[in-house]
Amino acid sequence: MEFLRQVLVVAHKDVRAELRTKEAVNASFAFALVVLLLFSFAFDPESETMKEMAGGLLWIVYAFAGALVLNRSFARELPNDCLDGLVAAPTPGAALFLGKALANYALVLAVELISLPVFGIFYSMNLMPFLPQLLLVIALGAWALTVIGTMFSALTVNIRLREVMLPMMTYPILAPALMGAMRLTATLVQGGGLGGDMATWLKLLIAFDAVYTVAALALVDFVLVG
Amino acid sequence: MRDKAVYVLGIIAAALLVNDMLHIIGLPDEKMQGAVFKIIFFHVPVAFTALTACGVSMIASALFLITRNFLFDALAVAVTEVGLAFLAANLVTGSIWGRETWGIWWTWDARLTSALICWVLYASYLMLRKSIEEPTQRAIFAAVFSIFCFIDVPIVIFSIKWWRTQHPQPVFWAGGSFPADWAPYFWFNVLAMMLLGAAMTLVRLRDEESQRELESLRRMANAY
Repeated sequence: MEFLRQVLVVAHKDVRAELRTKEAVNASFAFALVVLLLFSFAFDPESETMKEMAGGLLWIVYAFAGALVLNRSFARELPNDCLDGLVAAPTPGAALFLGKALANYALVLAVELISLPVFGIFYSMNLMPFLPQLLLVIALGAWALTVIGTMFSALTVNIRLREVMLPMMTYPILAPALMGAMRLTATLVQGGGLGGDMATWLKLLIAFDAVYTVAALALVDFVLVG
Repeated sequence: MRDKAVYVLGIIAAALLVNDMLHIIGLPDEKMQGAVFKIIFFHVPVAFTALTACGVSMIASALFLITRNFLFDALAVAVTEVGLAFLAANLVTGSIWGRETWGIWWTWDARLTSALICWVLYASYLMLRKSIEEPTQRAIFAAVFSIFCFIDVPIVIFSIKWWRTQHPQPVFWAGGSFPADWAPYFWFNVLAMMLLGAAMTLVRLRDEESQRELESLRRMANAY
C-alpha cells in the first residue's frame, strides 16, 4: 500500500511539473506533426499502398515523438540536484521508477492520442470502425516504449551525448515490440482483426511489456543508487 | 600462466580449423546449392560462438552487479567485443550465402533482422561504455544494459519458429537433412570457433586489465 502511495506521489509530481511548463509534450507533439508532414513527401499519400505503410508510419512517429518526452524524464531532475534528493528520499528505487514510468506513460499516451486524429485526417483513414482494437495496440505499444525509455533515460542521464545515446539504445531493444505494433496496426487499417496470426503478435507485445517491466523493476536500484 | 593458456587455446583452435578445412574441401558439393553450401560449416559455428559470448557477457554482468568485482566487468567488455566480431562474421558469411542462393545480399527476414538487431544492440553497449567516464558508474550501467540486451537474444533464437521466415530451417535437429557423417566436421568447427573466441577474449581481457592498471597508476601519479 505504502509502495503504491509512493508511486502515485512521484507520478503526480512529474505530471504536475510537466503540465506547468508543457515543454516536453508541446515539443513532442510539434515533432510528431513535422514527421507526419515529411512522410507525405516520402511516398504518395493518396495511393492504395498507403494503407500497408500506415502502421509503420504511425509507430515511427510515436517512437520518435515519445523519445522526446522520455529524454526529459530524468534530465528534468538534474538542476538543483533534484535527482540526488529523490534518490535520498525514503522510497525504494522501484517506486521512483514506476512513478516516473506512469507519468511518462500518461504524457506519451496523450501525445499519441492527440496525433492519432491528425494522422487519420492527413492520410484520409477512417479509424472509427476498429478504434477499440487500435487503442489496445496503442496502449500496449506505448507501455513498451515507456518502460524501456524511462529505464534508459535513467541510464543516460549523466552521460555525454545523452540525446544521441537514448534513441541508439532504445530503438534496437524496442524493435520486436515496434514490429508487433506496426504489424497489428497495419492489419487493423487494412480491415483485418486481431485473431489468427495477429494473436501471436499481440501475445509478443504483451510478453515484451511484462518481461521488461519486471527486468526494469529488478535492476533499477543498481542504476539509481549504485 | 594465463598467457600460456592463450597460446595453447589458439594453437588448438588453429589446428582444428586447418584440419577441418582440409576435410571440408574434400566433401562433395550439395546437390541444389553447390559449393556455397559449405559456408554452413563456418556460418553456424560463429553464430553459436556469438550467442555463447552474449550469454557469458550476461553472466559476467550479473556477477559484477552482485560481487562488484571489476574483473567481471573487464570480462564482460572483452567477451562482448569478441562476440560482436563473431556476429559480424555470421552476418557476412550469411550475406555471401544469400547472394549465391537467393541472388540478394540481404533480405528483411525475421532471423536476419534479429541478428542485425543483436549486433546493433551490443554495438550500442560498447558506445554506452565509451560515453561514461566514471569507472564504477560505467560498469554498473553497462552491466544493466547488457542484461537488457540479453533478454532480446531468446527472441533471435525463437523468431524462426514464431514468425514466417525466408531463412532456411535448421538442418541438424529432428527431420533435418544434414548428412550424419558430415556432422563431426561441423561440431569440430563449433569447438574450434569456441576455442578461438575464448583465446581472443583472454587476449582482450589482458589488454583491458593492463589499461585499467595504467589508468590507476596515472591517477596515482596525478594525485601527488
